[in-house]
Amino acid sequence: MITATVETRDNYLNHEYGVKSWLLTKDHKRIGLLYLAAITFFFFLGGIFATVIRLELLTPPGDLVSAQTYNKLFTLHGVIMVFLFLIPSIPATLGNFLVPLMIGCKDLAFPKINLLSWYIFMAGGACVLYAMLQGGVDTGWTFYVPFSTSYANTYVILTGVGIFISGFASILTGLNFIVTIHRMRAPGLTWFRLPLFIWSMYATSLIQVLGTPVIAVTILLVAVERGFHLGIFDPALGGDPVLFQHLFWFYSHPAVYIMVLPGMGIISEIVSVFTRKKVFGYRFVAFSSVAIAVLGFLVWGHHMFVASQSVYASLVFSFLSFFVAVPSAIKVFNWTATLYKGSISYDTPMLYAFGFIGLFTIGGLTGTFLATLGFDVHVTDTYFVVAHFHYIMVGGTLMAYLGGMHYWWPKMTGRMYPEGWAKLSALVVFLGFNLTFFPQFIMGYLGMPRRYHAYPEEFQVYHVLSTAGASVLAVGYLIPAIYFVWSLRFGKIAPDNPWNASGLEWQTTSPPPPENFEITPVVTYEAYDYSILEEMKVG
Amino acid sequence: MAEHIVTKKQYSYVFGALLLLTFVTTSVGMMDLGRLNVIVALVIAVIKALLVVLFFMHIYWSTKLNKLVVVAGVAWLALLLWLTLTDVLSRGWLPFPGK
Repeated sequence: MITATVETRDNYLNHEYGVKSWLLTKDHKRIGLLYLAAITFFFFLGGIFATVIRLELLTPPGDLVSAQTYNKLFTLHGVIMVFLFLIPSIPATLGNFLVPLMIGCKDLAFPKINLLSWYIFMAGGACVLYAMLQGGVDTGWTFYVPFSTSYANTYVILTGVGIFISGFASILTGLNFIVTIHRMRAPGLTWFRLPLFIWSMYATSLIQVLGTPVIAVTILLVAVERGFHLGIFDPALGGDPVLFQHLFWFYSHPAVYIMVLPGMGIISEIVSVFTRKKVFGYRFVAFSSVAIAVLGFLVWGHHMFVASQSVYASLVFSFLSFFVAVPSAIKVFNWTATLYKGSISYDTPMLYAFGFIGLFTIGGLTGTFLATLGFDVHVTDTYFVVAHFHYIMVGGTLMAYLGGMHYWWPKMTGRMYPEGWAKLSALVVFLGFNLTFFPQFIMGYLGMPRRYHAYPEEFQVYHVLSTAGASVLAVGYLIPAIYFVWSLRFGKIAPDNPWNASGLEWQTTSPPPPENFEITPVVTYEAYDYSILEEMKVG
Repeated sequence: MAEHIVTKKQYSYVFGALLLLTFVTTSVGMMDLGRLNVIVALVIAVIKALLVVLFFMHIYWSTKLNKLVVVAGVAWLALLLWLTLTDVLSRGWLPFPGK
């Protein structure tokens, strides 16, 4: 009887049917799901490249693929994972779905632009896929010059065009969020009553809008130099190759914060709900998001310590890089302080949150190692760097993304996921991740360079451990993919507020109606005030 | 909030100023001002950009928040140039070994 009642309730999933209703939708929730389908495809495609890379590295000689193919594999893995999965992952899926719900409005400020952003993203993705099918690209995801402009004989421009196009999707999403958060908050929802997820999405949007145009210009300049031999970056043509790195990293370092800031927002939500406490130092956590967004733009030169950058500039960038650790540490310490004397429950989202806090801390601390000039010179272009950024991007962002997916899955679909399998997969992901990437810190420190398909035998034990871990990790990712799909049909019907959370998104039905709320909510309480739930019950 | 209505006369003045500055750019481009060549060209370009942003894009009559958005965009460009110049300008400060 309950099933029948819930399924006949008008919601954004059953309000309209048919392919056209999805492809022409202006509903932010449906667009979020369109993004979800797209980035899941790109995640598993990028994962396939990672699998072949790890299989190649199982043995010291280059025996599975040629050096040229290996170059293409790690390039496509990086391009797809960074530009087509990680950057849109949380903002375009969970962000799209949740921002209007969490601030109590009917949709984003520009619904048509929101749909346009998905089509632009798909066009960019299609370009990258077409380049891949034509033979791929071998420059590394960083497209360093003069190799990319003068020497590579692969599909550099086509791949670059794909990234150029998809960047506009990112800008439009950011713009939409900024305007929505400024203009469309529910009555009473002041800035300091906003959920911290919204603060982090706001900070992320600032980076998207201010930084992405620079990577677009940079790619355009690469294409112009490659296509028309205008001397911009190639010294042989009178250009400056270090200029490329300045332009590239001006965007691509803050891009790491486009990936991880939304994850931090998710963790704030989860830690609060599963400890039944307000986030410790709410305002500090909120402002630390903005601080990370701003400071993240001042540190890009730490990617260029051995790239002929002036040693004086390197000193400045090294010094500035340590500042980013301050707001990041504020978040970690405040989440930990929130746990103190909390009524902690160990549901799947919380397991992912624990994973995030630990792995992000390792990733962040090794980041300060790399910001140190002397140490960085030793480990530049080694697996130490590979391990560091995977701890941030995978250990951080992906753990948070999975935590968020579990946390909001009942709201998105109206179904519960199987808790036992989910806990198991969280554990498998955590173990698999550490087994994959922790040995890479050691072998990198010992001198194993990145981007080589063959290596000395002394490193094999670490590579075997890493490949074994990658296999475990792959299983960890496949399990949720299977049970999420399974739960769409067979999962238990989700209540409106399964976690007893206080956010506005939990005060509407699961799944929400097309216009989110029957009556526009009026907010009279702070974020994470769980006493309000008791008052609501009494009321 | 009501949108500010800009009269045709105001638009004409701005358009005239832009045409005049274009003429100045072309004229100055034919003179050799030495080190001032780039500086003069950039100053004229900045004035033209300001006219477009302030009047054609209505920022002159906009809210403080819209003004902040424009300032942030310019500030971020300045940041990119400034920190890049910390590298470019200080590259020669240390002598190359053996030279």
